[in-house]
Amino acid sequence: MSGTAVMRFRQPSVLPGFGIALGFTLVYLSGIVLIPLAAMILKSAGLGWAEFWRIVGDPRTLAAIRLSFGASLLAASINAVFGVLLAWVLVRYSFPGRRLADAMIDLPFALPTAVAGIALTTLYAPNGWIGQFLATLGLKVAYTPIGIVIALTFIGLPFVVRTVEPVLREFDREAEEAAATLGATRRQTVFRVILPSLLPAILTGYALALARSIGEYGSVIFIAGNIPYVSEITPLLIVIRLEEFNYAGATAIAAVMLAISFSMLLIINLIQAWSRRRFGHDG
Amino acid sequence: MTVENMLVPSAAGTAAPNRYEATSETRGVRIVLIAIAVLFLALFLLLPLAAVFMEAFRGGIQAYFAAITEPDALAAIRLTLTVAAIAVPCNLIFGVAAAWAIAKFEFKGKSLLTTLIDLPFSVSPVISGLVYVLLFGAQGYFGPWLSAHGIQIAFAVPGIVLATIFVTFPFVARELIPLMQEQGTGDEEAALSLGANGWQTFLFVTLPNIKWALLYGVLLCNARAMGEFGAVAVISGKIRGLTNTMPLHVEILYNEYAFSAAFAVASLLALLALVTLAIKTFLEWRFADGIAAAGRSH
Repeated sequence: MSGTAVMRFRQPSVLPGFGIALGFTLVYLSGIVLIPLAAMILKSAGLGWAEFWRIVGDPRTLAAIRLSFGASLLAASINAVFGVLLAWVLVRYSFPGRRLADAMIDLPFALPTAVAGIALTTLYAPNGWIGQFLATLGLKVAYTPIGIVIALTFIGLPFVVRTVEPVLREFDREAEEAAATLGATRRQTVFRVILPSLLPAILTGYALALARSIGEYGSVIFIAGNIPYVSEITPLLIVIRLEEFNYAGATAIAAVMLAISFSMLLIINLIQAWSRRRFGHDG
Repeated sequence: MTVENMLVPSAAGTAAPNRYEATSETRGVRIVLIAIAVLFLALFLLLPLAAVFMEAFRGGIQAYFAAITEPDALAAIRLTLTVAAIAVPCNLIFGVAAAWAIAKFEFKGKSLLTTLIDLPFSVSPVISGLVYVLLFGAQGYFGPWLSAHGIQIAFAVPGIVLATIFVTFPFVARELIPLMQEQGTGDEEAALSLGANGWQTFLFVTLPNIKWALLYGVLLCNARAMGEFGAVAVISGKIRGLTNTMPLHVEILYNEYAFSAAFAVASLLALLALVTLAIKTFLEWRFADGIAAAGRSH
């Protein structure tokens, strides 16, 4: 079967509508996503290498990229730890309110980012519910890079939970029983048997949260303070360049961010391919 | 309740406390882990949500209704509904077409196509707006031609709609594709062999099979369409009463220190999010088999 299938573009089927469905899909995909993105890449390529590197190598741009990356890495790490814990508790234990807690996990996906942004800012501002408590400890969160990490933690919260949950639910408990029978303590079973097989899912969730955090705009700009070199994230710098009608500047920075997004996408696909080979399931 | 839940001793009723010790944690560890989880969720999810509604009603119920019924707010609500009413059906039609082609047929380049459909999710919302400014803005590729013909796309409603379609692009398709792949083509082949035509097959065989996943995808697509901020902020130009969507209106009010009014409009968006979550949870609970299983409770 595959011998002839390799030769032709599609395998025969009695179902109708392939041509029109695929045709529409390709036209729509090209018109909405591919051509606009290609136009942006073309525009940044038109700048020339020297101009491109002058914009990207600018200290303010580098500071923004470093901040976006650093804050996103930190937030994704926090989410990896608490995400595994949350998935564990939600899958393995039953307690009053478990169903509600499980439903709540998706709130950062559903809540518009601007709403999340102003709510977090109000909470962590020096006179806010949490902020005034932290202020007595001498800790300033809103309008500092710590505030950015808080916002990105909120945004990335569901990713690790939602990638780890199904894998943990499908986890073969016989492996745990076998480990226990062979004399492993519960701690050994968890850290040497269960967690290693959750690793691809954790990494996938981590990468997804990271990718989302690096591009995040709405929830961050309110809490960040937006001081150049200190608390100015990369997407905000693109917006600032646009508002200055500095299209070249905006495009060059956007091209770097796009390259980062594509690398993240590639990494996620590699993790899943590795996971399929190693564990027989997607991460 | 799944079999697993029955195997695990619940925190409430532990008839045989030591029976599962080897494959579960001690009661103390369980309680501590649950406490950390609940505390984390309360701090990071519940508190921000509560803050939105508390701040919204800080000025009293009359100020609340005044804030959401003033002309600029109403214009923002109208624009948000209009944009969603265009963007969601567009992505719905696309999602069904893409899922039909990808799930029901075998062809070369299928996995590349699936990856490309997911692409908008990994692009920063700011870039999603920027690409259309670069195409349709005054300095853009089509800018001169458009202005010569008196058509405005960037910094106007068409641009907002395009940016919204971009950011919500994959929602419906990615709900349908795994489910339709799982369902295969047997039902459709049977219908066709019994004399149904293509449309009849789709309407009476395929559609009933995917309706809950379709509703689910539309729901998520709509929530994002109404709440999108970054992409829309870049392309809208933020002209009050004209190109201001609800999230942008929230930002403007907030930056003008009209906090109560900002949170009043924000509370409508938060309500939308809560309703979305409630319906989503209900659909997952009631129709788990009719919704793609990828990564969700079964």
